[in-house]
Amino acid sequence: MAEKKITLDQVRHVAMLSRLALDEPKLAKLAGQLESILGYVAKISEADVTGVEPMAHALPVCNVFRDDVVEPSLPIEKVLQNAPDTDGPFFKVPKVIGGDEDSAG
Amino acid sequence: MLAYDTLLAARDAIRNKKTSSVELTRQALDRIDRLESQIQAFNSVYPERALERAKAVDEGKIAGELAGVPIAIKDNLCTSYGTTTCSSKMLADFRAPYDATVVKKLESAGAVVVGKTNLDEFAMGSSTENSAFKTTRNPWDTSRVPGGSSGGSAAALAAGMCCGSIGSDTGGSIRQPAALCGIVGLKPTYGRVSRYGLVAFASSLDQIGPFGHDVPDVALLMNVISGRDPKDSTSVDTPVPDYLAQLDQPLADLRLGIVKEYQLTAGLDPQVKSAFDAAVQTYRNLGARIVEVSLPHTEYGIAAYYVIAPCEASSNLARYDGVHYGHRTREPVRDIIELFSKSRAEGFGEEVQRRIMIGTYALSSGYYDAYYLRALKVRALIKRDFDRAFEQCDVILCPTSPTAAFKAGEKTGDPLQMYLCDVFTVTCNIAAIAGLSLPCGFTAGPQPLPIGLQLLGRAFGEEKLLRIARMYEKATDWHRRRPKLL
Repeated sequence: MAEKKITLDQVRHVAMLSRLALDEPKLAKLAGQLESILGYVAKISEADVTGVEPMAHALPVCNVFRDDVVEPSLPIEKVLQNAPDTDGPFFKVPKVIGGDEDSAG
Repeated sequence: MLAYDTLLAARDAIRNKKTSSVELTRQALDRIDRLESQIQAFNSVYPERALERAKAVDEGKIAGELAGVPIAIKDNLCTSYGTTTCSSKMLADFRAPYDATVVKKLESAGAVVVGKTNLDEFAMGSSTENSAFKTTRNPWDTSRVPGGSSGGSAAALAAGMCCGSIGSDTGGSIRQPAALCGIVGLKPTYGRVSRYGLVAFASSLDQIGPFGHDVPDVALLMNVISGRDPKDSTSVDTPVPDYLAQLDQPLADLRLGIVKEYQLTAGLDPQVKSAFDAAVQTYRNLGARIVEVSLPHTEYGIAAYYVIAPCEASSNLARYDGVHYGHRTREPVRDIIELFSKSRAEGFGEEVQRRIMIGTYALSSGYYDAYYLRALKVRALIKRDFDRAFEQCDVILCPTSPTAAFKAGEKTGDPLQMYLCDVFTVTCNIAAIAGLSLPCGFTAGPQPLPIGLQLLGRAFGEEKLLRIARMYEKATDWHRRRPKLL
């Protein structure tokens, strides 16, 4: 794992998954940096984790419930106050369906 | 400096009418005016609101444990006034619709918030150089960094621009800047303080905590901010003791652990090492027994952290889509994916993008088991190490940072070098325990730099941790030193 080479194609793929539209020079720079960082963190592969349960939570708490009662929500104008674009009580976005790729997929 | 620069002295002076909140708040605002161009600690300052609240305290309309005392808060805590930027272009104009629980508690106790402080963008960094807006400087030497990510809060307090401040700590972001700025900083146990209204970075590691000039100030702030909050399901019901009540009572039969593996740390500055050794000797002189403990998985700490934190960050930061709030691209887009991708590429800075990429890679199909799942198993091992160590000692002593403050720009070119600064701090978050940093010496030379001593204690063991820190503080006077600023 430690000697793994990170290719430009892989970085491009991860940028797509990350929803980051990065230009080629940035991707190239990231390839080197990711390789060095991922090479370092691969150290965890050396630890003996046989029979160890993953620590999914910091605390031994689970199923924290509150009473099932309706409480006031934020008023709609506060919900929308930071939106880049709105239309009445809605967030406004460009066309969602019909781009080059099926965005809904 | 301020006429009363500790929180307790200021609070008592206001209570006893030796000064007024308006007077003290004005002093703090004047110092911000005078020093901000050198220190660059604040993203926003609220003089009118602060003076209005100070006046209300003086008129007896607001009372409480912190009545009238000027404080500063990190700009990743939501406030219903002003902006909450996280030092990111993404949130440059963001106006939070509510107050973080911690902010609400501080203001209910009468604190006067003078402003919101600079940080590494979304709290990702160890020098505050990753801010999209400004580079905060260390008040002890303005060519150096204050540490990070809560560098603005640490520098503002060290420079006397407030009497106390609040930060957040995901891998050392309170303790390391406290060490580098010569003040006291506490990362409470995960679950001790509500995270409601703290902009999320890595949700299983993030915790809010206080900065003070001394241990009593930190204890006082903990009294105010601790406790269960129905709005944060990970905040815990464990009773909150009065952290000040027994603070000055020294503990008998004290056992302090020093970590075998830490003695091999590469890059530990000899001056930090000798200040640490002297601090251990001070405790010995106070009657403490020093025991060697082992944390066998130490060498995996940073690696596990730089998997877990970016994974959680990549998930948390997926919410910035240019739709609900935050930056939206002005460039033409073909579809909504392009809107997301362009907005995020423009709104996030380099370090944030890098961590999103690392996290996305490590969580992606085919890599999840090797990175994230494995890191969580290593996390369990690291926690077990601490559980075993705490069977042999009350707290663990170690340096907070391997070096004193470094020069601005010194590590910005190499992200991995910057990550390695966190060698002594990340495991505290990984194990979800409590950690405190306090001043334990200075480097030699014409411009002495503070050195920090770190105390790591059991989960929910803050009371003891603070008392043990106080024992050291009372035997030394490092915490009384202040930087020479105009």
